[in-house]
Amino acid sequence: MDTILEMKNITKTFPGVKALDDVSLKVERGEIHALCGENGAGKSTLMKVLSGVYPHGTYEGDILYDGGVQEFKDIRDSEERGIIIIHQELALVPLLSIAENIFLGNEISENGVINWPATFARTGELLSKVGLKENPATLVTNIGVGKQQLVEIAKALSKKVKLLILDEPTASLQENDSQKLLDLLLEFKAQGITSILISHKLNEINRVADRITVIRDGKAISTLDARGGNITEDHIVKDMVGRDMAHRYPERTPSIGSGKLMEVRNWSATHPLHPERKVVDNVSIDVAAGEVVGIAGLMGAGRTELAMSIFGQSYGTDISGEVLINGTPVDVSTVEKAIASGLAYVTEDRKEMGLILEESITTNITLANLPGVSENGVLNDGAERSVAEEYREKINIRTPNVAQKVMNLSGGNQQKVVLSKWLFAAPEVLILDEPTRGIDVGAKYEIYTIINQLAADGKGVIMISSEMPELLGMCDRIYVMNEGEIKGQLAAKDASQEAIMRMILKG
Amino acid sequence: MTDTETKSIGYYLRTHIREYGMVVALVAILAFFQVLTDGIMLKPVNLTNLFLQNSYIIIMAVGMLLVIVGGNIDLSVGSVVGFIGALAAVMIVNWDLPTVLVVPVCLIAGAIIGAAQGYWVAYWRIPSFIVTLAGMLVFKGLTLALLGGASVGPFPDSFQAMSSGFIPDFFGGLIEGRFNVFSMTLGVVLAALLPILGLRSRAKQEKFAAVEEPMAVFVIKHAVAGIAILFVTYLLSTYRGLPNILVIMAVLIAIFTFITNSTTLGRRIYALGGNEKAAKLSGINTKRLTFFTFANMGMLAALAGLVFAARLNTATPKAGLAFELDVIAAVFIGGASMSGGVGKVIGAVVGALIMGVMNNGMSIIGVGIDWQQVIKGLVLLAAVILDVYNKNKA
Repeated sequence: MDTILEMKNITKTFPGVKALDDVSLKVERGEIHALCGENGAGKSTLMKVLSGVYPHGTYEGDILYDGGVQEFKDIRDSEERGIIIIHQELALVPLLSIAENIFLGNEISENGVINWPATFARTGELLSKVGLKENPATLVTNIGVGKQQLVEIAKALSKKVKLLILDEPTASLQENDSQKLLDLLLEFKAQGITSILISHKLNEINRVADRITVIRDGKAISTLDARGGNITEDHIVKDMVGRDMAHRYPERTPSIGSGKLMEVRNWSATHPLHPERKVVDNVSIDVAAGEVVGIAGLMGAGRTELAMSIFGQSYGTDISGEVLINGTPVDVSTVEKAIASGLAYVTEDRKEMGLILEESITTNITLANLPGVSENGVLNDGAERSVAEEYREKINIRTPNVAQKVMNLSGGNQQKVVLSKWLFAAPEVLILDEPTRGIDVGAKYEIYTIINQLAADGKGVIMISSEMPELLGMCDRIYVMNEGEIKGQLAAKDASQEAIMRMILKG
Repeated sequence: MTDTETKSIGYYLRTHIREYGMVVALVAILAFFQVLTDGIMLKPVNLTNLFLQNSYIIIMAVGMLLVIVGGNIDLSVGSVVGFIGALAAVMIVNWDLPTVLVVPVCLIAGAIIGAAQGYWVAYWRIPSFIVTLAGMLVFKGLTLALLGGASVGPFPDSFQAMSSGFIPDFFGGLIEGRFNVFSMTLGVVLAALLPILGLRSRAKQEKFAAVEEPMAVFVIKHAVAGIAILFVTYLLSTYRGLPNILVIMAVLIAIFTFITNSTTLGRRIYALGGNEKAAKLSGINTKRLTFFTFANMGMLAALAGLVFAARLNTATPKAGLAFELDVIAAVFIGGASMSGGVGKVIGAVVGALIMGVMNNGMSIIGVGIDWQQVIKGLVLLAAVILDVYNKNKA
């Protein structure tokens, strides 16, 4: 069997982070090659290098494909050579028809005039290939996510695909849609199309993959041959998560208060655009004073949605359930009221939702508690500055000046500004959503220290994280969430990455 | 002066180049036309006219700044100017109502108009461009309907005084001839007051943390401002004194500078424009704020409408035509950002003055209205290109 693709010693660095470190990957012609790894391990980055999203010259290493070294300048370049990537977030234009979407940027036309009869005829053929019975003129917005995924694949087929890359294609699909999609992959394999499948779902991988490469922390850990059927899920999980955990988390002696500081009862929320989708389904969680509670789960498990719907109904519709602080029900229907009740929520996306990048550190820190630095609505400049200086010192924001615009800070320091903002609002319970995403190891340690200090001060901390070692290293108790439901909880001493993974996967 | 001090002054000026650059540009343009017009530009009578001609643009630029900082735009203000002028004319001329009653009624009507538009923008999330474009058409039509297609006027003196009156010289007789001592005194008091207030706020800041603005910059800034105030009031005093409208404008500028710099309300509007999601998740009622900026804009447009009608001494169906463009241009020349969150009241005022000085200067030297438009358009484009260039360089 010959090799269609060989990626040799690929290294890709972002400012402050080595996303890929000397990764090599070999894919044989006609196989289905699975790529496994935790969130942030570097799978998607590797595929972006391959498809030219990160063009030649921005990474180190060589891509050998179809018999020669390739230097892709952009996606178009790689597409011309038959490498088609289907991203996790679908790239379809909702208000165009299926046919228009399939041929977008690649229209069947003459001198710029589209040949509609040919377009529709060709769309019909492609749709029957992927087993989708829809009128080519139907708008994409009117078909479900599963069918949209098939339209993406039909789009790939329209471009004479040789190597098809699917990034978590079944993440948002129902069970039977997923099965259909996997069957389709097997069918393509029979026709000689090579596929790379990125997936978290080990049962799916075991079902279709010929070989499996596991990536962890930007390095290729192992390539396993699954054709014999002798690879167990445990084996994959171990490769995915096994890493040195010593000294990455500051020491802490928990002193957890008796009773529940905050309790959420029977919380449900619905997707704002798809009222039939329950994104958070009857969730009940609690946290005690001085406790750090983790919520584990994969992307799309509904953790962020849970947090945001609790925090002033910032996400979702049809929200129901109860929030109690110290046993008394509180009103959290607006962000203002949630803050007044003693909640704080540190968003997962600090640039989009946490910070005002154009404004100074000072302005950002006082934003959630302006009454704390003003009198009768008039701001006290001096008080504001001194608050900013206080937090700069206390949690070590590295900046020459608190008047510095936040956009000039590093990711770790930006995160410290967001934390300062919420510390200044003096909450009882902090919900931290991916508090260490995209920041380097040193800054992570500092953030962990802050979290421990908060717990020591008697606050309740709820920590959402996709990095399981982080949850295991920091939390006293871990809830496992999947598909909008709490699948179970583990005490820190009983928890392991394998146990969490199993709890997720069994659902 | 130590080395670190000079370095920090250089750093401070570099990071605040936009604010000071605008003032320098205004002075340069003034000097340019002063030379080109053989000194007519800064003649007391022309300076007085300059303020009278641009008062309504400046009044609206202040309100428009808040709207634009909040991330929206208001295209209806020109039509509202016309509509309120017509409303005032109908009430005063046709119905014989007293000025003291008509003025507050018109201001409230303006606030309601702004609020009505702000409601759709804030609570229904309809793009402000669309809502106020509709408002522009609606109020243009209502102006015509109200006036029956004809001009209504003239107004009584009490109404005209708002725009064409001057602060009387309470110290008349102190100096013989045409020199308004009271106006000059006001100027001196203001010129003395600004640095005193500035020093007090510095002292207050210093108690908590080091002041960001270097002392040298503070001194130069206040020296320039003080000299400018004394110079302008002196020139105006040799003519007829301070126009009433200049005092109204100064008070408005002071109020809105205070709101934007020193109040939680102002801070929240900047936050809303800078990042609406982050503002919302920080517990800020973004809808109510957006609503407020439009209601406020409506009221200021009404004030401008009254001033404009008083100045023309008649309400015409064409009043306010295309004013919104001048107002919006002034705000952007003054350094506000199209995407919201950035901009200063004083910047918008300087932007309006730059436009006004160019209009006035070009008219004096006989540049036709055709080329005036071309030049003003290019200046607007250049100012924004400069912004983008500075931003990319940083």
